[in-house]
Amino acid sequence: MKEPENGEIERAGYDIGKTAHRADAYAKVTGREKYAADYYDGEFLWAGVKRAGVPHAALTGIHAEDARALPGVIAVLTHHDIPGENRIGIIRKNQPVLADTRIRHSGEAVALVLAENRETLKDALNRITLDYEALPGVFSVEEALKETSPRIHEDNPEGNVVKAVAVETGDSAKAFNECDAVVEGVFEVPAQEHAYLETESGWAYQGEDGTYVIVASTQTPFRDCFEIAPVLGIDPAGIRVIAPYLGGAFGGKDGITVQCLLALAVLHSRGRPVKMWWDREESFLAGVKRLSAKMHYRLGAKNDGEFHALECRLYYDGGAYSPLGGEIMTLGAEHAGCAYRIPNVSIKGWCVYTNNPVGGPFRGFGVPQVTAAMEQMVDMAAQRLGIDPLAIRLKNAVRKGDRNCLGVTLTNSTGAVECLEKMSSHPLWKGRAAWKEEAGPFKVRGVGVACMAHAMGYPPMVADEARAKIELTVEGKIRVYAGVVDMGQGNASTYAQIAGYVLGQDASAMELVLPDTARTLPSGSSSASRTTYTYGNALIEAARSLEKAIIKAACERVPGSVAEGFLFLPGKVRHTPTGRELLLEELAAFMDDSARVTTGYFKMPVVREKLDAIYMGPHLIFSYGAHLVYVEVDELTGQVDVARYLAVTDAGRVINPQVFAQQIEGAVAQGMGYALTEDFKVRKGRIVTRDLSTYIIPTSMDIPAIDSVPVEIDEETGPFGLKGAGEIGMSGPLPAIANAVSDACGTRVFRAPMTGEAVYGALIRKKEEGTVL
Amino acid sequence: MKIGFTLNGKNTFIDVDAARRVIDVLREDLEMTGTKEGCGTGECGACTILVNSESRLACLMVAAQLEGAEVTTIEGIERDGRLHPLQKAFVEHGAIQCGFCTPGMVMASIDLLSRNPEPTQAEIREGISGNLCRCTGYQKIVEAVAAAAAAKEKDGLP
Repeated sequence: MKEPENGEIERAGYDIGKTAHRADAYAKVTGREKYAADYYDGEFLWAGVKRAGVPHAALTGIHAEDARALPGVIAVLTHHDIPGENRIGIIRKNQPVLADTRIRHSGEAVALVLAENRETLKDALNRITLDYEALPGVFSVEEALKETSPRIHEDNPEGNVVKAVAVETGDSAKAFNECDAVVEGVFEVPAQEHAYLETESGWAYQGEDGTYVIVASTQTPFRDCFEIAPVLGIDPAGIRVIAPYLGGAFGGKDGITVQCLLALAVLHSRGRPVKMWWDREESFLAGVKRLSAKMHYRLGAKNDGEFHALECRLYYDGGAYSPLGGEIMTLGAEHAGCAYRIPNVSIKGWCVYTNNPVGGPFRGFGVPQVTAAMEQMVDMAAQRLGIDPLAIRLKNAVRKGDRNCLGVTLTNSTGAVECLEKMSSHPLWKGRAAWKEEAGPFKVRGVGVACMAHAMGYPPMVADEARAKIELTVEGKIRVYAGVVDMGQGNASTYAQIAGYVLGQDASAMELVLPDTARTLPSGSSSASRTTYTYGNALIEAARSLEKAIIKAACERVPGSVAEGFLFLPGKVRHTPTGRELLLEELAAFMDDSARVTTGYFKMPVVREKLDAIYMGPHLIFSYGAHLVYVEVDELTGQVDVARYLAVTDAGRVINPQVFAQQIEGAVAQGMGYALTEDFKVRKGRIVTRDLSTYIIPTSMDIPAIDSVPVEIDEETGPFGLKGAGEIGMSGPLPAIANAVSDACGTRVFRAPMTGEAVYGALIRKKEEGTVL
Repeated sequence: MKIGFTLNGKNTFIDVDAARRVIDVLREDLEMTGTKEGCGTGECGACTILVNSESRLACLMVAAQLEGAEVTTIEGIERDGRLHPLQKAFVEHGAIQCGFCTPGMVMASIDLLSRNPEPTQAEIREGISGNLCRCTGYQKIVEAVAAAAAAKEKDGLP
């Protein structure tokens, strides 16, 4: 997308490429912002869920009499009370809202209670008992794939396989024989918990017109309507979902959490609003997790370091339902070769059902898993061939016009090489040897790098589109109807910046309407590194239409004027030949209501070749990154300390440097947790890490200074040249740290997280075996 | 139980169960939802408030402990419509993303600066280490606290 046509004229408002303080910051820092968890209005009821507590069982009875008899309990609902379909699911409609015959994971919802207050609610939930016959469980991908293992979804024709995919390009079997060096590895990465500060929450009531209104902490308000309505047995038009600012989500609120339960509760609330807010333990138990994975890799290269063949076998644990597990694994398979040109590739992936917690989206979708493996393989190949880890990446990294591992031609901006080059000139790269030498007693230091790619948007089979809406209000403000949820990443604020820039307005002239299925237009989910790219493009179109409409009105007010004579200034337009100024408020009064509102539409471009390369089709546009990390390992404890971090990113042009840095720094911090401490432990289907004292996310003491450097390559299809920046930073830290630990210790830990215990174990094994991996 | 205390400078009287959590008193009974709950077990710091000018976790306190206390929440630190210097620094330095940890983080930072007006970066990191943030990676929060400490206009605010 090109600059606006009138880009040459002077502007006083928002600018592109300059930091503007976030539009949501003031309300958040004063505590005024109202999140879904902050509703307590009127005579509301609390709703809560009885969860199974067993991972796999045939449910034979639910005893709710004691709970119903408790004063203050309004209703106890079970699957019998669901008026419509008791099955939800984005791709595979197989998850009950309330369990009927089968329990498939320990967080399964079985009964829904409405009570006058939270104390009564807890009491009532404790009084509900279940009759069930325990079934043998399936707790690993290996067990899931065994013919003899129990089937978790009896009607699934693929057994316990959610989805299997295969990618074959070239002739990998032959190509491995042509390689000078072949390295192999088996990597394991754990399930990861989102641990957003605001746990799943919502508020619901029936509006005067009969509509069921659900205010929820959700990334997907429009899709939610289509999930909730069939459960109630009504038309989706009867459901309104409102998504205020979210207190974090990272993929964990992509889809249904509290929404269907709240809608059911309202059917029995006797006209009162209903509040549901999962506590931390329930969030850990019932919320989705990043899929754990086991990955077998073989990488073959020529003597000069050129990659020639890749073979991967990927096994993702989707958990009991896995609303998007097959698609998560598929994106992993698509990225299995990361940002490299490899002509001969054999990638096979499976996502399976188990009786573990439900797997779902988490920043990066399925890409951090494979990047963790592939980027360690690259270092192993470099080591085998005696080539510098940065040099081998530079040699193989994709450039514009290359074909990637799926055989797709990269026709759009492709900045992997630029990221690596930027890293190679950074003081942290140049100073690495000197820093390593300064390690103190019983400490060893290492430096590691990783290079990443992350696709933007939905795959071609799912239209990635947005409908923007913008209004000149009668008060003379520019109101943007944000169609995509802001879960904390600041996209709503960037929408104000984009529209403000096109219309020459500053922050004081802008208003935002957050996603509300009754007011904003369907624009897809807040996910897939798409929120600013897709909606931003649609918004530019809408804002330009509004610009034309306002100028048309202005021309009518200034006799003899032509459209080119007007300049937009905050709150007004100036007719430059005469100097006459017209307030936007004044102009609004002369415009038809229909002329004050404009819309814009955008659909993300997709590949035109190799559409059948993978399930749902391959992606066209990717963001890229190169990360560098300094670590220090304590030889006495195995503890890994991250000392410095550099993240170089190609996410196209940067619209707001501060918001961009926030995305990169935040993703890197989550990636460090994934690498070093975050291990969502489940033993025989029961969660061991139930709180924030056992599931360890990074604190301010654990994250070092992070240098974030953008490589601003123009993406011609992006809004002002932008690509998605939300996920690319997530995949780098694990492999970069693993490579640094290997550099420090001379041995590799193939399983994450690399806790002190794990690294110490590896050091001991190395000492005992005298081997170097 | 009848309890009298000062909330953001105002005399406040409530009649609640002595064992009611202070977080519920604030959010549900007094409708002051600026104080957030992230875990309910004292691990995340989102519910940090000041009690007699020291940081406390509202999810671990019960109503009876409020008797006679001076309580300050995020709603009570602006003066004459002007942001507290720490609030201003959080906005300017991009220390806010989803914002759910922000009120607690600001209150913990006020407590830190009242004890240590000129903290080093390491002291800031230690001072806010009881407050979890999942969005920012902490860097911009640390910068904001450092900037607020360096700013001269501290106005003698809490």
